[in-house]
Amino acid sequence: MILTILTVVSWVLILSGAFFSIIGGIGIVRFPEFFSRLHGGGITDTMGAALIVLGLICLSPSILVAIKLMMILFFLLVTSPSSCHALSNSALAQGYWPELDNTGKSKNK
Amino acid sequence: MKYKVTLAIALVLVWLVWSGHYDKPFILLLGAISCAFSMYLSCRMKIVDEEGAPAQLGLRPFISYAPWLAKEIAKSNWDVTKVILSPQMPMQRNMVTVTAHPKTQLGRVILANSITLTPGTVSVSMEDDQILIHALSFEGAAEDISGNMDRRVQALERRT
Repeated sequence: MILTILTVVSWVLILSGAFFSIIGGIGIVRFPEFFSRLHGGGITDTMGAALIVLGLICLSPSILVAIKLMMILFFLLVTSPSSCHALSNSALAQGYWPELDNTGKSKNK
Repeated sequence: MKYKVTLAIALVLVWLVWSGHYDKPFILLLGAISCAFSMYLSCRMKIVDEEGAPAQLGLRPFISYAPWLAKEIAKSNWDVTKVILSPQMPMQRNMVTVTAHPKTQLGRVILANSITLTPGTVSVSMEDDQILIHALSFEGAAEDISGNMDRRVQALERRT
């Protein structure tokens, strides 16, 4: 009984993780320029990865495997913003200023 | 000293959990040797301090900060998903500068990484305590979220 519930929960989690990963991919294609595309990648990095790993934790046969999966998720969540920041910072360092929609209080040049 | 103890405990726990061996004395001995060697190397590299082994934070990052951050990430994920899926993509891209109030380097790194981790806001550059954020669509929300985060990270690094 509990096993059935766990299986159902894990499949719901994995499928919604897949959904958010696809959304992230669509976002990367649809957004107009570099800096906005980073946000699309952010969805895949956080929600997609986290939901899929949570679903796998529900399916894991032993507590050791679950802890290992949690460590994978932890390292994924610690390292992915670093790469995202490195990308955006290097774009800015190359003198690529993002397109902005609003004028006014932002430091638009 | 407190940092060395924290690092040693963390190394031993990681070795035990990741290897899964508890009964073979020889393999346990090898694990102890590798933990001791890692300790020796990190002491030699002088990275065992409040950044390399943040003992002063304790478990609070995982108990109090992480659940709140997960909630915020889920919320802003949903917002960005709505932007992506809507046909005309209502974006309000802007660059915001916020002041990071955490005093330690570690606190600022946690803050900037949390901002980047939240979809819809990416920290682009950081000079001293000014973080430049590229926000996707939420005019005031970017400042709101990062202000809230700022307070929580400050609470995290208090009581050192």
